[in-house]
Amino acid sequence: MKDREAVILPLLAAGVLLTGWHFSVVWTHTQIFPSPVDVVRGLAELMHKGLLGSYTRDSLYRVSAGYSLAVILGVPIGIILGWYELPAITVNPLIQMMRPISPLAWMPLSVIWFGVSDLAPIFLIFLGAFFPIVVSTMNSVRNVPPMYVQAGRNFGLSPAALFRRVIFPAILPRVLSGLRIALGIAWIVLVAAEMIAVDSGLGYLIIDSRNAGKRYDLVVAGMFLIGIIGLCLDLLVRRTEKLRSVRWGFRTE
Amino acid sequence: MTTKSVAVVAELATEVKVSVRNLDMIFQTDGKSVSVLERISLDIREGEFVCLLGPSGCGKSTLLNILAGFLRPTSGEVTIQGEPVRGPDPRRIFVFQERGVFPWLTVEGNIGFGLFKLPKEERAARVAYYIKMVGLEGFEQAYPSELSGGMKQRLEVARALAVNPDVLFLDEPFGALDSITRLLMRGELLRIWETERKTILFVTHDIEESVQLADRVVVMSARPATIRRVVDIDIPHPRDLSSRRYIELRDGIFEEIGLAHKV
Amino acid sequence: MLIPGPWAVAKGIVELAQRGLLLKYVVASLFRVTWGYLLAVITSIPLGLLLGWHMRGEKALNPLIQVFRPISPLAWIPISILWFGVGDMAAVFLIYLASFLPLLVTAMNAVHHLDRIHVNAGMNFGLSQRQLVLRVIYPAVMPQLLVGLRIALGVAWLVVVAAEMIAVNSGLGFLIMDSRNAGNRYDLVIAGMVLIGATGLVLDSGMRRLENLKSLRWGYVRA
Repeated sequence: MKDREAVILPLLAAGVLLTGWHFSVVWTHTQIFPSPVDVVRGLAELMHKGLLGSYTRDSLYRVSAGYSLAVILGVPIGIILGWYELPAITVNPLIQMMRPISPLAWMPLSVIWFGVSDLAPIFLIFLGAFFPIVVSTMNSVRNVPPMYVQAGRNFGLSPAALFRRVIFPAILPRVLSGLRIALGIAWIVLVAAEMIAVDSGLGYLIIDSRNAGKRYDLVVAGMFLIGIIGLCLDLLVRRTEKLRSVRWGFRTE
Repeated sequence: MTTKSVAVVAELATEVKVSVRNLDMIFQTDGKSVSVLERISLDIREGEFVCLLGPSGCGKSTLLNILAGFLRPTSGEVTIQGEPVRGPDPRRIFVFQERGVFPWLTVEGNIGFGLFKLPKEERAARVAYYIKMVGLEGFEQAYPSELSGGMKQRLEVARALAVNPDVLFLDEPFGALDSITRLLMRGELLRIWETERKTILFVTHDIEESVQLADRVVVMSARPATIRRVVDIDIPHPRDLSSRRYIELRDGIFEEIGLAHKV
Repeated sequence: MLIPGPWAVAKGIVELAQRGLLLKYVVASLFRVTWGYLLAVITSIPLGLLLGWHMRGEKALNPLIQVFRPISPLAWIPISILWFGVGDMAAVFLIYLASFLPLLVTAMNAVHHLDRIHVNAGMNFGLSQRQLVLRVIYPAVMPQLLVGLRIALGVAWLVVVAAEMIAVNSGLGFLIMDSRNAGNRYDLVIAGMVLIGATGLVLDSGMRRLENLKSLRWGYVRA
């Protein structure tokens, strides 16, 4: 009975939203704002033109390149800054200064450095994800209970083994939730960067559909794609949080 | 047992406060039903100190939660002073280990929590009185995170007493304390009970604790919990823990539960 | 020379101050963030608490929330311009969107992590529904909410910069875009970045100060 509720209620809510949307478009006789049917047609049109695949691919390529770079650099740097005091004292103020600069504010600089190419949005996504990852990793290392480290040393672990068998598993849950937040930010930055700095991808689709002929059906179709892909990315990261080796960090009663 | 006559006299002398009749509790989890309590019937007299004793996870906490009105039994009835229990009520306060203190309130704030209907001066006086009673003077403005486990426990008891309830439900209140603090707290509780004469239901899995504290010990079986036996502890307070009677009663319960009292 | 040195940037900031743009743009950006963010806080937190408390409502709306949440708030730019025109309202709407869903989810989760014992204790002392919300649920969820509020403010700040780059013609985001487009004034671009960073830092440390208030802080002290 409860399972049925979990299916019916969301369908009901989505149905109410869609019909509300549909009829408010119909009743206001708006020529500009699309109804859900228009959006579905828009999606089909994008598919026919082959834009759906190519724009999605471009966006995914940029976000995965920028984000992976941020993970590959950010996690080790965060660990070092969390573990060793001297580099932390040296670098931390700089990080704290750079962090609140919205990554999008780097847009003009990234365009002169990298031109209008894939590199500019990748750089912006990297910046957007890098600082949150460094900071959350650093904090997670600092929050490892000293008891764990002492216990590890007590059993005679070498520094490398101590890291691999104690620190790493201990920080994993918090690092992963930091990675998830960073991915969300990367996704926001991607859309903005594509609106300004390049001429392909889902962000470009949205701004271009508006500028070239007020095709709001394609605008909403683009938003829908962004939502669905973002949801898939989030679910992917969430899946890692469900792994047995990680789950201890996410207390669920 | 020789204690029977004493119990009968006590029953005549004071009225029944809490009455439990044919209580069953069945939990539904993942489509399976688990029977937790089976045919529990029990009378508790006004001013009596009763321990519910049983192994961990047997359902004694569930019973206490039903008595306090937090859970509805599957069948059966609980009446307090003749009124059926329909929900939590400030006349009967539940003390949750030490975890029930509100971490966002100071010691004063916690003790005054239930006194929102009183005028300000009276509330302040009551708070001060109970802070003194449980020995937390000097910590009025402290937050629970700054207190030790024993202090938090006393704080929660004080918060309960401040609203002047007739009945106190205590769910393994001293379980998380070290053994010295636990012993001191038992003394404190008895002292408070003797001055304020509340009816107390005290859940514990510690046999010694139950024999030290209670007028009667209700020995419960493992799940589904049933009442195996009710033991009257006919030793006046303060109890001598090396007296023959104490050891006799304690060993009787050990035997009832099927444990040899040896290490 | 494409990248101006620190000295040029400092002079750029002075120039902005002299032209009266510095204060004007900082205030314009803060104005949009404040309104969008406050509207989101006022609407999303009560709703989130309500949904978290009544499991049914959450069950119904959660899948929708999950689909809407990853739609980057900036993807709403065309629609917000369509609805509100180029101006403050469009930017405020975007910031509202950017803050609303994260805060809603935070509030829902905060209710889920409520300690049942605290709720029971509150009911035990005879609190009415209203009192229970004010005296138990609200303080109990506060620490978690504050963390969410801080993260949401950071996102709102990020979004205002982007929105101003595209949708309006004042504010720090506009300053950056405009300085580049009108005459490649990269000294002003970097001056704008410095101002964005400094303002963001002030906002963040303000939120952190809130987290450190004693009555709210209980959640961070783990004895």
